[in-house]
Amino acid sequence: MMQTHGSEAPRAGTTTTMDLEGDRALVITRAFRAPARLVFEAWTRAELVRRWWAPRSHGVEFVACDADVRVGGDYRYHLRHPRGDVIFYGTYREVEPTTRLVYTQCLEGHGDAAVVVTVTFTERAGVTEVVSREVYPSASVREAALASGMESGMRESLEQLDELLGSML
Amino acid sequence: MQETLAALAEPNRLRILELLRTGPQPVNDIGERLHIRQPQVSKHLRVLKEAGLVSVEARAQQRLYGLRPEPLRQLHAWLEGYRQLWEDRFDAMDELLEELQREEKSR
Repeated sequence: MMQTHGSEAPRAGTTTTMDLEGDRALVITRAFRAPARLVFEAWTRAELVRRWWAPRSHGVEFVACDADVRVGGDYRYHLRHPRGDVIFYGTYREVEPTTRLVYTQCLEGHGDAAVVVTVTFTERAGVTEVVSREVYPSASVREAALASGMESGMRESLEQLDELLGSML
Repeated sequence: MQETLAALAEPNRLRILELLRTGPQPVNDIGERLHIRQPQVSKHLRVLKEAGLVSVEARAQQRLYGLRPEPLRQLHAWLEGYRQLWEDRFDAMDELLEELQREEKSR
């Protein structure tokens, strides 16, 4: 929805697109001018994750970053923010090197309700398109959309909303 | 936010909001222009009003419904903030990937 150049072919260096999908999913897409092998490494190797996951411009930095990248293995990203520490953690459910990852993501202090993240890495002509699909637990912003019973119309509606917003903001 | 999304998830409600961009309108006009029966229009307007997306104003003998864009702005800001976080992460990843590729070449 909101933003999107979703139908375009992947191009490296294009902007990140974000779509609300269905009732509780959020899909983030971006293309990189690099082989999937390297993008997958950057996404999973702790010492590389430290380099991109906590953007300095957002005032956060890593205190610790650990990732045991295998099915059933855990990861833990400990970040420091001026307002306090934030710890993301979860477990890898599927690990298919260079093409696909599925893991849970929880935020410490916010209960056990996990977001399930599925990331796919698709390489074409030296460009790797990354699609990260976050599926939220029930009590979420997306649940409201489901409750409305307009699941299939959601995406289209939101595209209209985007146009509407574009003309109002 | 949930209320805003729920209110927007119905195509006719979205059409009503789009129509109201042209200015406040009475129920009858909204129904005629969008070919929606008046009881339906009233029902949708009630949901939109509860979500703070429309306001009602009495003028002469009529009640005019107008657009309140604030909830939409909030929704947009919320989504845009999250998108921006990922944009910044991916920009950092772009740099990292360039560096990794340079290292591989020089090996």
